[in-house]
Amino acid sequence: MLRDITIGQYFPGDSVIHKLDPRFKIVITILYIVMLFSGGNYLCLAVGAVFTIGAILLSKIPLKMFVKSVKPLFIFLMITAVINLFFMSRGNVLLHWKFIKITDEGVHTSVFMVIRIVLLIMGSSLLTYTTSPITLTDAIERLLSPLRKIKFPVHELAMMMSIALRFIPTLIEETDKIMSAQKARGAEIDTGSFTTRAKNLISILVPLFISAFRRADELATAMECRCYHGGEGRTRLRQLKSAPRDYIALGVTVLFLAGVIVLGRLF
Amino acid sequence: MAILETQELTYTYSPGTPFEKTAVDHVSLKIEEGEMVGVMGHTGSGKSTLIQHFNGLLKPTSGKVLLDGKDIWADKDKIRDVRFKVGLVFQYPEYQIFEETVYKDIAFGPKNMGLDEAEIKRRVHETANDIGLSEELLERSPFELSGGQKRRVAIAGVMAMEPKVLILDEPTAGLDPAGRDKILEHIKRYHERTKNTILIVSHSMEDIASFADKILVMSKAKLFCYDETVKVFARADEISEIGLDVPQITRVFGELRRRGLDFGKEVYTVGYARDLLLRKLKEREVR
Repeated sequence: MLRDITIGQYFPGDSVIHKLDPRFKIVITILYIVMLFSGGNYLCLAVGAVFTIGAILLSKIPLKMFVKSVKPLFIFLMITAVINLFFMSRGNVLLHWKFIKITDEGVHTSVFMVIRIVLLIMGSSLLTYTTSPITLTDAIERLLSPLRKIKFPVHELAMMMSIALRFIPTLIEETDKIMSAQKARGAEIDTGSFTTRAKNLISILVPLFISAFRRADELATAMECRCYHGGEGRTRLRQLKSAPRDYIALGVTVLFLAGVIVLGRLF
Repeated sequence: MAILETQELTYTYSPGTPFEKTAVDHVSLKIEEGEMVGVMGHTGSGKSTLIQHFNGLLKPTSGKVLLDGKDIWADKDKIRDVRFKVGLVFQYPEYQIFEETVYKDIAFGPKNMGLDEAEIKRRVHETANDIGLSEELLERSPFELSGGQKRRVAIAGVMAMEPKVLILDEPTAGLDPAGRDKILEHIKRYHERTKNTILIVSHSMEDIASFADKILVMSKAKLFCYDETVKVFARADEISEIGLDVPQITRVFGELRRRGLDFGKEVYTVGYARDLLLRKLKEREVR
């Protein structure tokens, strides 16, 4: 069950997408999100879909992984669709039964929203699938570095993020282990009534918190031992360098974005 | 009849992804009632995956697991009963402790079985005694105990369910020699009292040699061999070849054999070696 969580999961590879400078990748992803939300018709969405599929194909990551990334949000998608379907009062009424009223505008919006969100999830998963968490936070640190002028703790924030990201898989694994151990003692976690399940959650949360605190403590000691004292004067092992392909990728994205904006105005 | 049996058991992790890995590959074996089995194998040889099938934590990708001759997955809703019959103690089990008192933590399993208070009380006291936890510890918080004591609390928590088969995954990992001996001794005592089947995963050949009736060796997801202890250690060369150790004393006698002093291949405990050598010396004096 827990193994299905893929947020923040990195798939090593050496495709073009993998090789892109992470700073550019973040900017491209932001532009991509703008692209998805600036177009108001299906044509814009189609352009966005072409962009997404093209990028996915270039990344050489199996399409299955992207389906998997959407799966956990299925319920959320359904709720979005249903709310849009039932609460849209504009447009021609297609069906009217007691208090339920479905309009063509409602159908249109719900389909549109679902496609938009699916594309959004797939596109942003592509970023985390092709960029290791460490380089990702490196890039965030660099992108935010101008904020240091106003005394914003950029390095500390980036360090906290990379530690948090680093420990997500570890904690998932830990949870999995504790769950198995408590299941072996007959705890009902996937089955049983709501109250027994809630009660049994304690048997997982307590050991999980204890181990998280222990790990934090050990990590702090280990960092201390290596004389870590924040970002001042720290150099990096991997310098981020931009290559021509980064500018090409950015250019392509900007073109797509411009295309979507134009299409949105025209139709 | 075999209490635990697997038929062509196969398990694949993350099938259909780049991480696909077969951890257990067509394993068929039969474990008889009352046996004390040592399980050995490298890290990643599939032994942990294998033992998680015995109590239904993992469902085989293909093949079957039989408990008392019945397929444990025949009725999915009854899988919890299997977990009460086959108790599994994970590696570093002290990390699963969560209750405020030792008593409550040991009682967690029996409580899940739906037993009444009196029965739970009997079991907690009995297993605490079996594993060597004194009465006054029962009302203490498990988090203030020593590492070895915590470990024993966690083991008691599974023992208190009185499983017909008890499986322990490296019960002595990370303990000091005194703590290690204590745990093994108490497990042995528990075995003598209850006559239940016990499986112990261990990396220490000396430990395995000292208690196991039979040894199960896993190598590269496959069952390498499953046989009586004597017979397994008699294949010392093959076992070394797959990267596992044999007891030091077996190695010493192997070397002696190579140098022309053959005392047979069944030496795997120091006590046995001592008796054997004394006997041989006496025979020589007589001559």
